Amino acid sequence: MKLLTHNLLSSHVPGLRPGGGFPLRIEAAEVRVRPVPFNAAFVSRLVPRLRWDALREAAESLGRPSELPPEPSPGYEADEEFLRRLHHVLLEVEVLEGSLQCPDSGRRFPISRGVPNLLLSEDE
Amino acid sequence: SSRVVEIQSQMSERAVELLGLPEDRACLLLDVGCGSGLSGDYISEEGHYWIGMDISPAMLDVAVEREVEGDLLLADMGDGIPFRPGMFDGCISISAVQWLCNADKKSHSPPKRLYRFFSTLYTALARGSRAVLQLYPENSEQLELITAQAMRAGFTGGMVVDYPNSAKAKKFFLCLFVGTSGTLPKGLGTECASEEPQQAKFTNERTRFRNVKGKSVKKSRDWILEKKERRRRQGKEVRADTKYTGRKRRPHF
Repeated sequence: MKLLTHNLLSSHVPGLRPGGGFPLRIEAAEVRVRPVPFNAAFVSRLVPRLRWDALREAAESLGRPSELPPEPSPGYEADEEFLRRLHHVLLEVEVLEGSLQCPDSGRRFPISRGVPNLLLSEDE
Repeated sequence: SSRVVEIQSQMSERAVELLGLPEDRACLLLDVGCGSGLSGDYISEEGHYWIGMDISPAMLDVAVEREVEGDLLLADMGDGIPFRPGMFDGCISISAVQWLCNADKKSHSPPKRLYRFFSTLYTALARGSRAVLQLYPENSEQLELITAQAMRAGFTGGMVVDYPNSAKAKKFFLCLFVGTSGTLPKGLGTECASEEPQQAKFTNERTRFRNVKGKSVKKSRDWILEKKERRRRQGKEVRADTKYTGRKRRPHF
């Protein structure tokens, strides 16, 4: 699971209050880095969609020192170094084993071989 | 089998074409029912990024083995699309949505699951984007049920049928718009009642202009005509082709 996916993901456990499913808390047992070709324009256009605090928190929870500033600074669209660092955090870092925890319900979703299992049980 | 793979690949190509994405821009797409990642591979080839969902652990295992570029989720689309609002530039689905019509062991009825799928998909898509869902409806009732739930969820658009007169080649693409009422693209093979899927119209006459990749030389008149045809298939407004199309202009200085 990439951190981009994590930043967009919101728990779909039924009966949560609005916004109560985000952000899922990452408990990572195994993480890897997989190179992905860099596309500055794409990364730049992702910035407005991201929840920045949740992204920094997620990067830190993976035991990586946060290479990201507290906020994207004005003019980030032209700042290649910033975009490359963001690209790395969003697309190249993957959680292979661990789990995601829904903030409101506490429900855990296991991650295995990089794939989170979001299947709900019969009674959910 | 390689024929199945080829059909899947063609349908993925058509679905992405129907998305009508802005040219020369990498987008973030959702692939619902991504399976082993065949459609995802095509999305990656086009330079886009994708996140895929599938209910089958076995299929996703294959996708992992194949090291697909998209990120994968094991999830049931009938439980809802689990993303924050407005995150995706588009969604495709190949041969998956009709499964929501099965009344399986889940206690929820098909209409309820369909509605949950469509309403959460609607939310997860950005304004002005599209969802293109290729499906195999069992009958017209199923088609109507699916379309009705999609409209109820807020989508506009409708069904695009390619090769409607060919039992073998006929394909259904539910083409849904978010927040705009776009023109529904035309189905392929709707003008002539031919049994064979049509090749690109210009193939026979213009082979001598094609380069090694089988594509027309960029910016040549053939390339322009093909591009205009492609845009017409996407449902965009295109000027008519005339003798002036692609004509060499006077050099400006």
